[in-house]
Amino acid sequence: MKKLILALALGALVITPAVAQQTIKIANIVELSGPGTTSGTNFKDGVMLAIKEINAAGGILGKQIESTTNDTQSNPGVAKGLTQKAIDQEVFAVFGPVFSGSIMVSMAETRRAEVPNFTGGEAASITQQGNPYVFRTSFTQATAMPKIARYITDQAKVKTLALIYVNNDFGKGGREMLMKALDKSPTKIVADISTDSGQVDFSAAVLKAKQSNADALFVYTNEEESARALRELRKQGWTKPVIGETVLTSQKVIELAGDAANGAVAHVGLTIDAPLPAIRAFRAKFEKEYKYICDHNGLKGYSGVYALKAAIEKVGKLDRKAVAKAMHTLKVKAADQPGILMDVEFDANGDLDRDSFLTEVKNGKQVITATLPPLGKKK
Amino acid sequence: MADFFQLLFSGLATGSIYALAALGFTLLWQASGTINFAQGEFVMLPAFAMLAFASFGMPMPLSFFLTIVLAIAVLGWAFKRGIVDPLFRYGMMQIVVATIGLSIAMRNGVRLTGAEAHPFPSLFADRIYNIAGVTVTQSDIGTLVLAMLLVIGTQAFLARTITGRAMQAVAQNTESASVLGINVPRMIFYTFAINAILACAAALLVTPVYLAKFDMGESLGTKAFFAAVIGGFNNSRGALLGGLIVGVGENLAAAYVSAAYKDAVALALFMVVILFKPQGLLGRKEERKV
Amino acid sequence: MKKQSAIIFTSVALLALLVAPHFLKSYGVYLLTYWLVFILAAMGLNLTVGYAGQKSLGHAAFFGIGAYTVAIMMKAGFSFWLGLPAAAAICFVTGILVGFPALRVQTIYLAFATLGFNTAAWLVMRNEEQYTGGTFGINNIARPELFGLSLDGALAYYYFTLGVTIVFGLLLFGLLRSPWGKAFTALRDNPIRAESLGVDVRNYTLLSFAIGAVYAGVAGALFASLVQFIDPAPFGVGQSIMMYLMVVIGGPGYFFGPVVGAAVGVVLPEWLRFAQDWYLFVFGSAVVLLMIWLPDGLLSIPDRIRARRESREASAARAAAVTAAAANAGKGSGA
Repeated sequence: MKKLILALALGALVITPAVAQQTIKIANIVELSGPGTTSGTNFKDGVMLAIKEINAAGGILGKQIESTTNDTQSNPGVAKGLTQKAIDQEVFAVFGPVFSGSIMVSMAETRRAEVPNFTGGEAASITQQGNPYVFRTSFTQATAMPKIARYITDQAKVKTLALIYVNNDFGKGGREMLMKALDKSPTKIVADISTDSGQVDFSAAVLKAKQSNADALFVYTNEEESARALRELRKQGWTKPVIGETVLTSQKVIELAGDAANGAVAHVGLTIDAPLPAIRAFRAKFEKEYKYICDHNGLKGYSGVYALKAAIEKVGKLDRKAVAKAMHTLKVKAADQPGILMDVEFDANGDLDRDSFLTEVKNGKQVITATLPPLGKKK
Repeated sequence: MADFFQLLFSGLATGSIYALAALGFTLLWQASGTINFAQGEFVMLPAFAMLAFASFGMPMPLSFFLTIVLAIAVLGWAFKRGIVDPLFRYGMMQIVVATIGLSIAMRNGVRLTGAEAHPFPSLFADRIYNIAGVTVTQSDIGTLVLAMLLVIGTQAFLARTITGRAMQAVAQNTESASVLGINVPRMIFYTFAINAILACAAALLVTPVYLAKFDMGESLGTKAFFAAVIGGFNNSRGALLGGLIVGVGENLAAAYVSAAYKDAVALALFMVVILFKPQGLLGRKEERKV
Repeated sequence: MKKQSAIIFTSVALLALLVAPHFLKSYGVYLLTYWLVFILAAMGLNLTVGYAGQKSLGHAAFFGIGAYTVAIMMKAGFSFWLGLPAAAAICFVTGILVGFPALRVQTIYLAFATLGFNTAAWLVMRNEEQYTGGTFGINNIARPELFGLSLDGALAYYYFTLGVTIVFGLLLFGLLRSPWGKAFTALRDNPIRAESLGVDVRNYTLLSFAIGAVYAGVAGALFASLVQFIDPAPFGVGQSIMMYLMVVIGGPGYFFGPVVGAAVGVVLPEWLRFAQDWYLFVFGSAVVLLMIWLPDGLLSIPDRIRARRESREASAARAAAVTAAAANAGKGSGA
């Protein structure tokens, strides 16, 4: 029996012969089951769409991209094994995972093997480890939260704020960054309300927010929970501003919350509703290919592949180390590289910055109310 | 005080959802000693079936009816014949593991159609009432009333009809029931069929709130399980009580104790009940057998 | 004969385990180590569930307590070698405490109580952020050194885990052959009878939990160092259910049951990845089919073959007897 199991284990390790740089191998290591499924699926579909387009247009430096996709089950222990598997197969770059715990584990492996790793994770700590091989595909919470904090304090003139967050790495991370950003401002957080991932009944959370008598409410939870919170807010007659980051005004939340989403305001890094022709075209392509409207994770995966393409083309050869080096301080203009969708700048940590938007839900549609410049430019 | 009633009422509405799912647990346990770890998925599948029928342009009542027929065949008959019957004589462990496998397969099978959450049409109008400072939605009231009616209806069926009594006789003592000339396998099948119908009804009431998603059964199943234990695993009315206690307990705990530990309150209750009244609040005591 | 073949089989398997990693790349070695960790954990649960008959659905809590103990102590600057016994000791004590409900309730009610304990433990891991890192988890957990040898490499850590698993396997084997082992099975087969035969039901029930918990705790400690990152997710009720599944699929009450069961739980999904998007669907269906096919677990196959052979032999003997009798009768009537 043991031998059979061993044989199975061996069978699992299909040794792929190293094709001498005929193709560029990319490994998708993403959450396709477990709590991260929605994010992971969007991210992967974005990556796959970009690869398909690039291959159809002749590849990168004339070489086709070849990709594999593996599911981490939203489990860091599995993510670690899969990253090793990808490294065993000598991939050129790794895309994913999206969950912070998993990326913490996988980036340690890719760093050791000197393989560029593009993550969809937004936790600030990812790029604070001095790892030269990890790159963002979106803002970190450390970039996004100061932008929305500035809006809360300066524009909305909120003096007291209630905060509903989801008690997972995403929610907790955002909460910390927001608190830090608001620390020296006149805005005080008067209610700090934890909710669970998958929570159904938001009556207690909303009631607590109401009791705090805050000027505004900040909601930082995943899509489905955001929709439920918005519905409960309307039910309990909340009339003050509801503010969020990225998720709150997303297409999915609007679809799920219906009228209750109207009036919600959020800062969005990348949004499928941005009034840019490139993003409109992307949205149409994505919907045609996968039959659903992608969220920001789809945009992250898609533009991430184009960032890699830009870096490889800048270096001019398939050299992981050189590409990783080029990624730092890489500037990509959408005019030269349309797939990047928006002008973007990577810094020495692998973080990126670009324009972002202030959005509001009006009549069941996400409307851009302002475009915010990159954070660095203001300083 | 209005705040308290607000929480209480919301909790009752949520709790009645747990109760519906918990009722199926207790029915199956009584009739066949089955602990169905796929109970949450048994609610998820009908939700997707209804959406699928509706996407072919069928009106909701028709797709609900078709889903019930399908559910009785698949979640009732096929589940009983395929999994419970062959494993029944081996005991609880095997059925537990088989239903865990079943839930993994069901969840991931549905996931193949997409990882997105889909909105689900509500039976009730999107209307809000304000009663003495407490706001309730029509769907809160409707869910609560319908869930209660379903639980009471099931109870009445079991207690008042000949078939129902025969089913209860089987649940209490299989041997003497068969001596009395009751068709035991058929009665057990009826229980599975009722469980399937209840699952469809639960899907209809729950999904507008839970949203149709491949993993919606996961948390629902766990909560229903707690509810069933608190109320009493071998009593159908207990499921209602247990569901309401969990729903209200969570809300009150989140507001007055600690939001982060709100699950611990239901849990503490759960532990107390298990240790001091293991048969549940309304359950009968099962004798220790040599 | 049976004993001999068992010894030959075990040695071949051990040899395979010693040699195999040299033919594998790092992913393969990692997967094998992962498997060993779960064998160790499932061994403990097999003692509690398979031998002593206590239905526990809270094993992952002990697994987590072990992992967090080692991780927190190592972050505080203590050595792994201090953390490991501490993890074992804490799990032993917690195991005894969790065993107490088992004195009051049995079967499914016990399963519910242990499941409740697991949820409570998970909530503490998630909420007590100043100790456990909360949902951010604990990152960069180091791997230990042994006699000045770094176990940082994948191979070194594999052999270390293999060594620990074998040592604990032998300990369990010894325990089960001792009078204690007999007492545990007596407890499972008929607690009332065991009591009347003078088995101290109370102590053995508590011990079956405590010893099982120690195995999970040690496995958790190895897990923390293997993945080098822990967060509360892998220590929830879902993991307990998976461990339970491993024990039942492998064959509860069979010594090597956890070895096979952990392979089903850990290696099978990886191996099924060729089925792409379908792999978890296939895995779930496989679990259902395995259970229906072999309700007593995979290791019941030899017993089943033996039973079938015996019944065939018996029916052959019966048939022979019938023919002989018929022949005799024929003779009788002919005479």
